[in-house]
Amino acid sequence: MIVLRVNGEDRQVDVPPDMPLLWVLRDIVGLTGTKFGCGIAQCGACTVHLDGKPVRSCQLAVSAVGDRAVTTIEGIGATSEGTKVQQAWLALDVVQCGYCQSGQIMSAAALLARTPHPSDADIDAAMSGNICRCGTYVRIREAIHQAATGTPAGLQVIVDGSPA
Amino acid sequence: MSARCDHDGMDPGRRAVLKGAGMGLAVAFLWTAGMGPAVAGMSARRQDADSAAAAADGNPPFVPNAFIRVDADGKVRLVMPTVEMGQAIYTGIAMMLAEELGVGLDQVTIEHSPPNDALYGQALLGGGQITGGSTSTRGQWQVLREAGAVAREMLIAAAAAQWHVEAAACSVARGVITHAPSGRTLGFGAVANAAGKLPQPAGVKLKERKDFTLIGKPLRRVDSPDKVNGATLFGIDVNVPGMKFAAVRTSPELAGTLGAVDETAARAIPGVLDIIKLDNAVAVVGNNYWIASRGLEALQITWKPGVNANLDTQGLIDALKRSSQDGPALVGRKPKGDAPAGGKRVEAEFITPMLAHAPMEPLNATVHVTPGKCEVWTGTQVPTRVVAEAARLCGIPAEAVTLHNHFLGGGFGRRLETDQVEQAVAFAKQVAYPLKVIWSREEDIRHDRVRPLYFDRISATLGDDGKPVGWHHRITSGTVLGRWLPGGMGKDGMDSDAIESAADLPYVMDNVLVEWVRHDMPPGLVVGWWRGVGPTHNLWVVESFIDELAHAAGKDPVAYRRAIMAPGSRPLGVLDLVASKIGWGSALPARCGRGIAVGSPFGSHVCLAVEVEVTPQGIVKLRRAVAAIDNGITINPSSVKAQIEGGVLFGLSAALYSGITLEHGAIQQSNFHDYRNLRINETPLVEVHQVQSDEAPGGIGEVGTAITAPALANAIFAATGIRLHQMPVAHTSLAQPDALKQVADTGNRGEGVA
Repeated sequence: MIVLRVNGEDRQVDVPPDMPLLWVLRDIVGLTGTKFGCGIAQCGACTVHLDGKPVRSCQLAVSAVGDRAVTTIEGIGATSEGTKVQQAWLALDVVQCGYCQSGQIMSAAALLARTPHPSDADIDAAMSGNICRCGTYVRIREAIHQAATGTPAGLQVIVDGSPA
Repeated sequence: MSARCDHDGMDPGRRAVLKGAGMGLAVAFLWTAGMGPAVAGMSARRQDADSAAAAADGNPPFVPNAFIRVDADGKVRLVMPTVEMGQAIYTGIAMMLAEELGVGLDQVTIEHSPPNDALYGQALLGGGQITGGSTSTRGQWQVLREAGAVAREMLIAAAAAQWHVEAAACSVARGVITHAPSGRTLGFGAVANAAGKLPQPAGVKLKERKDFTLIGKPLRRVDSPDKVNGATLFGIDVNVPGMKFAAVRTSPELAGTLGAVDETAARAIPGVLDIIKLDNAVAVVGNNYWIASRGLEALQITWKPGVNANLDTQGLIDALKRSSQDGPALVGRKPKGDAPAGGKRVEAEFITPMLAHAPMEPLNATVHVTPGKCEVWTGTQVPTRVVAEAARLCGIPAEAVTLHNHFLGGGFGRRLETDQVEQAVAFAKQVAYPLKVIWSREEDIRHDRVRPLYFDRISATLGDDGKPVGWHHRITSGTVLGRWLPGGMGKDGMDSDAIESAADLPYVMDNVLVEWVRHDMPPGLVVGWWRGVGPTHNLWVVESFIDELAHAAGKDPVAYRRAIMAPGSRPLGVLDLVASKIGWGSALPARCGRGIAVGSPFGSHVCLAVEVEVTPQGIVKLRRAVAAIDNGITINPSSVKAQIEGGVLFGLSAALYSGITLEHGAIQQSNFHDYRNLRINETPLVEVHQVQSDEAPGGIGEVGTAITAPALANAIFAATGIRLHQMPVAHTSLAQPDALKQVADTGNRGEGVA
C-alpha cells in the first residue's frame, strides 16, 4: 500500500511500485483531469506538481513520489499562482479542445511560482514541453503575461453581453 | 450510415458553381445541390422525434424544439446539434439560440445532443448528424435563431395570456418577460408550463443585426470554466462501474493480419485479465490501462503479411505519377475558348504528403455489450454513424444502441471516422464487462486514416504582360468522398473535394482547365478528412504556383495577384489588408523573406502572410504571421480569431515537419518525437485582422490551416531562392552549402558541437 498526498488529501493506493503516477491518478484515484497524450514525456499533457515543481506523470513511477505533495489540475486553483493562471486563461479564452490545457496550466503555474514576472524567453523555456495541437500558444503566452502582471494582454472576452 | 443525397444530385451544383468561378465553392455547398425533400435537417419547429427526445431529457415543461428546454425552475438548457472539439461551436450555437430566446450565456447550461439525424442532421452534409466541413455555423445560422425566436414568442404568448395584455407590448431580456406599460415581469420558469401547451407561432421575426446583444461580441466560451480546472469529461475520462481497460495492437502492416500470439508472459502479470483477438488485432485487458499496456508489451506476436508487404511511399508516389500521365482525367473546370499560341510557359510538379491527425486525446471508446444491447461512450463527430456501426456489429437494431457522446480532445477530421469505435465494439462483444479501449499514441498514428497523398502537375502560359492566359492543373489522388459519402460523388465520378479551391480560383482567367485523376489507394491504406480537406492541398499548389508565375513574370507577388483579381472582390480585400498590415515590400535582413497566399475556402475569404528567417544551416525560424479573414457576419470575434490563430499554427506544424511515410506497408511514424508538432518556442507572432461584413457567415474552423503552407513556402523562397515543390519543408535542404561544411569542419575539430 502506498500513501500519496494528492491535493492536500491522503490517498491509499494498492498498486505496483513501478506504475506511473499518471495512471494511478486517472485509473485508481479517479482524478481524470490529468491527461494521457503520448506516454513518452513528449507532450506534457500529464504534467502535475510534486512539491510545486512540474513533472511528467506518465514517466514517473508512483514509488518515486515519496512524501512529496502531489498537486493536479483539480487542486491547482487552491494556490495563488494557479488561481491567477486560471483567471487569465478564462479572460483570454485560451482553451480550444482543452485536452492539453491541464498540462499547460500546471506548467504555467509552476513557472509563475519560480519566476513571478517571466520574459518571453522564460515562457518559451518553461512551456516548450507542452504540445497543443489546436495551436493555442499565442493566447497561452498572452495569458501568462496577464497572470503575472494583472494587465490585460490580449482580446478580453466578456461573460455575458446582454444589457443589464 | 447511408448517404442521403441523390446520386445524381451533385453535378448541377458543381457545374453551376464552376460557372461562377471565384464565388467561394465549398464541399458543403456542393453537397446540398440537388437534394430532395427526403433530406433530414434541423428544424426550428417541433418534429416527430421531439417528444421522445424530450422524454429522455427529463420531460421539461417547455420544449419548443430539439434545441431548447426550459425547466419549471426557469433553468434554460440548450442542446447542441453539433459537437465541440475546440472550434467553439458550442459557444456559437448557444449565442445564436440565446440571442433570439432572450437569455444571457451565463444563464444557460449546455447539453450534448443524442444521436438523431432527424433532429440534428446537417442539411449541408447530406442530412447526417455530422460536425465537419466547417459547416456548423453556415448550416445552422438561420434555423437556430429561428428556434430561439419560436421559443421566445411562445413564452411571451403565455405571459401575455396570464396578464391579459397584448403580446406585442411584452419584451424579453435575460430570461425575464416584461410588460413595460404595467411594469409586470415573469421569469421563464413561471410560464414554462403554459408555454408548453401553446401552439407554435406561424411566423417569427428575427432580430436585425443592429439589435443583436450577443452576436458579434467576444463572449467567453461556454466550455472554458470546466476546461481550466480539469472537470471537462472527454471520452477517455469515462468511468463506468465495473469497467476494465484494454490496450490494443493492430497489424503494423496496413492490411496485415494476426498470426500466432504467445500469451505466456502477459498472463503472468498480476492484473492482466483477458487477451482477446480480432482478425488483425489483439488486445490485453487489465485492471487499469497501465497493466493492460504492460501485458500488451509482453505478448509475442507474429503478424501475417498482407497485400501491402512491399508498399512504400516512393512506390505510391511513382504510381500516382503514372496515373497522372495515363489518366483517365475527369474535367472539373473547362476552359473558355482555345489556349492562345505562344507565350512563356511555366510548369511544375507538386507532391503533397499523407498526414496524421494526432488529436491530443488519443482515440478511445468504452463499450458495454449485453444481450440485445450495446452502450458506447466516446467522443465522435458522427454520432449516428457510431450507432449504426455498433448496431451492425452486434446484430441489433439501432434503437438498442445507446451512445453517450462527449467533448472531443481534438478532431481535425479523425473523429469523422468510426474505425476505432468499431474495433472497440468487436473486442467488447467478447467480454461481459464494460471495456475501455484506448489506443496508445503509437497506435493512433500508425493506424490513422491519413490525409491523402497528392501528385499535381500544373502549368501556365503567360501573355506579354506576364499575366496567365492559359492554366492547366491536373490533380491525382485517392478519394475520401468516394468512400465516406459515395452519394456525394458527381455522376461522372468527380470528387468535388479533390478540386475544391483549384477549380474556383480568386483570379480572373478564362482559359482554365482543372482535372482530377482518381488513383485508389491499396487496401488498408484508408484516406480520410484532414483539417482543411481539399483546399489545404489545392491552395498550397495553386498559391505556390501563382507565386512562381509572379517571379517568372518579374513581378511582385502581391502586385501580380492584385492585377489578376476582380476589383472590389472579397479576396482582394483581404489581400490588400494583409499586405498593408505586414508592411509588404519593406526591407528585411538577409535570409529573411515574406510570403503571401490568398484563397476563398469554406465560404470565407482569407489571406496570410508569413515572415521567416532561414539560417545558413537551413533552419526555418518563424518571425511573424499576419492573417486577414472575411467570414461574413461574425458570431463571436474571439472564436474566429482563435480559429485562425490555431488553424495557422496547425498548418505550420504540418508544413514544417509532418509527413506520414510507409515502409513494408506500415506507417513509419509513431509519436510526437517523429511526428513533430510546433512548440511555443517555435511559434511566430500571430496577428489576425477581421473584416466587418454583412454577408452570410462563412466557415472558419479549417480556413487558417488551408492557407498556411503556400504562405510559408513562398516566404522560404523569398528568403532563400529555393522553391519548394514537396511538403513538408523538412524534406528539403535549405542550408547554404558552405554553412553545412563549416559545421562539419567544426565537428571534426572536436569542439563539442552537438
